[in-house]
Amino acid sequence: MTAADYPTRWKRPPQLIKSRFWSYALAIGAIVYLVLAVGTVEVNWQRVMIGMERGQRFVAGFLQPDFTTRWRDISQGLIESLTMTLTSTVVGVLISIPIGIGAARNLAPAWVYAICRGIIAVSRALQEIIVAIFFVALFGFGAFAGFLTLTFATIGFIGKLLAEDIEDIDESQAEAIRATGASWLQLVNYAVQPQVMPRLIGLSLYRLDINFRESAVIGIVGAGGIGGTLNTALNRYEYDSAGAILIIIIAIVMLSEYSSSHLRRWVQ
Amino acid sequence: MLSVENLTKVYRTGDKALTDVSFTVPRGQVVGLIGPSGAGKSTLIRCVNRLVEPSAGSVRLNDLDITRLRSGDLRRARRRIGMIFQEYALVERLTVMENVLSGRLGYVPFWRSFTRRFPPADIAKAFRLLDRVGLSAHADKRADALSGGQRQRVGIARALEQDPDLLLVDEPTASLDPKTSRQIMRLIVEICRESGLPAIINIHDVVLAQQFADRIIGLQAGRVVFDGPPAGLTEEVLTRIYGEEDWTAMRQAAAEDEAAEAEQRDEAKKMMRAL
Repeated sequence: MTAADYPTRWKRPPQLIKSRFWSYALAIGAIVYLVLAVGTVEVNWQRVMIGMERGQRFVAGFLQPDFTTRWRDISQGLIESLTMTLTSTVVGVLISIPIGIGAARNLAPAWVYAICRGIIAVSRALQEIIVAIFFVALFGFGAFAGFLTLTFATIGFIGKLLAEDIEDIDESQAEAIRATGASWLQLVNYAVQPQVMPRLIGLSLYRLDINFRESAVIGIVGAGGIGGTLNTALNRYEYDSAGAILIIIIAIVMLSEYSSSHLRRWVQ
Repeated sequence: MLSVENLTKVYRTGDKALTDVSFTVPRGQVVGLIGPSGAGKSTLIRCVNRLVEPSAGSVRLNDLDITRLRSGDLRRARRRIGMIFQEYALVERLTVMENVLSGRLGYVPFWRSFTRRFPPADIAKAFRLLDRVGLSAHADKRADALSGGQRQRVGIARALEQDPDLLLVDEPTASLDPKTSRQIMRLIVEICRESGLPAIINIHDVVLAQQFADRIIGLQAGRVVFDGPPAGLTEEVLTRIYGEEDWTAMRQAAAEDEAAEAEQRDEAKKMMRAL
């Protein structure tokens, strides 16, 4: 057989939808739906104009931030936020470790697994703001509601990712430790912990980041912290103070992002 | 002494991994377990310390029926059975010393192992074993900083740290080069001789098995098809275990390997003398 006998043309076979008709039909359908959907959005242009004007004032305030006038409120909110962030991350991680271990199929019996997965599912299903509203209704305005909210959210986040990491460990290392006659606790301490620790530290630092950002959001619904201060400033049309608060939030988030990525690389 | 009687393992998928396997290993005997991939070698040695639960039959170690033990007693039995693994199975992020000391986990309470405060005798033993396998300088290194041969030596020290009555060895040389493989096999066999320790070495390298074991058990599709001295491994027997293959050529290649190794050793000696 000479080279000339082999085909010289080759086309990548369709991967997802085999039929040409259906692939065109789906594409056209999607475009039609998009056009119709955009058409149903009602735009009140007059209101947009007012908004633009406010936006301009906001940008102006942002460019001339006022740190001094409301500094007492700002610093108080900031300290509250940072306290809330740190305490909720520490407590949340501590609670999520046993839950994460319980939610790992290779370590926990079926009934423990079901319970722990249930806790994680509930924690992840409820968005922070909804949880915050709930806790504010229970325990009143302030940082305690925020602390509970962030702790609750941390449990779902760390618990799930830790459980998945534990399920992905190198089983042969665990088998070797089991073969020495180690107890379950010793197995966790010697075979599992060394394998998941770097990632657990990384995730905790990442969650610290997230919790700070979330603390600004849940403050708006009354759960204390810098978010509450920001909300008050906006309600009073004090855009220069609001600008100052936003700049502080951005600076802290950038700082923590930068340092946590460094720390994570270091613990590997 | 280890005695295995009518051991059978059927996996949940219905695959019959072992059928009616029986043998006894007296004190100090090194048994080479050979057979093609999927013959049930790994399953067999894991049934002995019940990392795999046997379906029927019994495993007795010094008259203790391991197959009947409940979890606490099983842990106590497991600590007397050292195991050496394919791909070493060290805990990579722990230090060499921690890996060796993990052989004592069955003997010490949790708080001692958690705080790494092992009894002085255990620590002395660990240092002695590391010295025995030639790694005393590496005690504080992380296990993943070592080479393959060194890691397997740590694996051997970990198994011996258990004070075992029996050694189970699962493909100790599968990821090592021919020369290191021989060194590791020699070390394992030497140690067994020193302390009269019986061992089952699960190995797919027929030549190595023949060279180092006192006795060969051949497994084929979960059944024992050969049990005898290494000299009894004739072509006819090998064909029974593995199927048709050119055995003479394989042995020649292995002999050449060994000759080359010996030559290298001689040359190194000459160099040393010249220096």
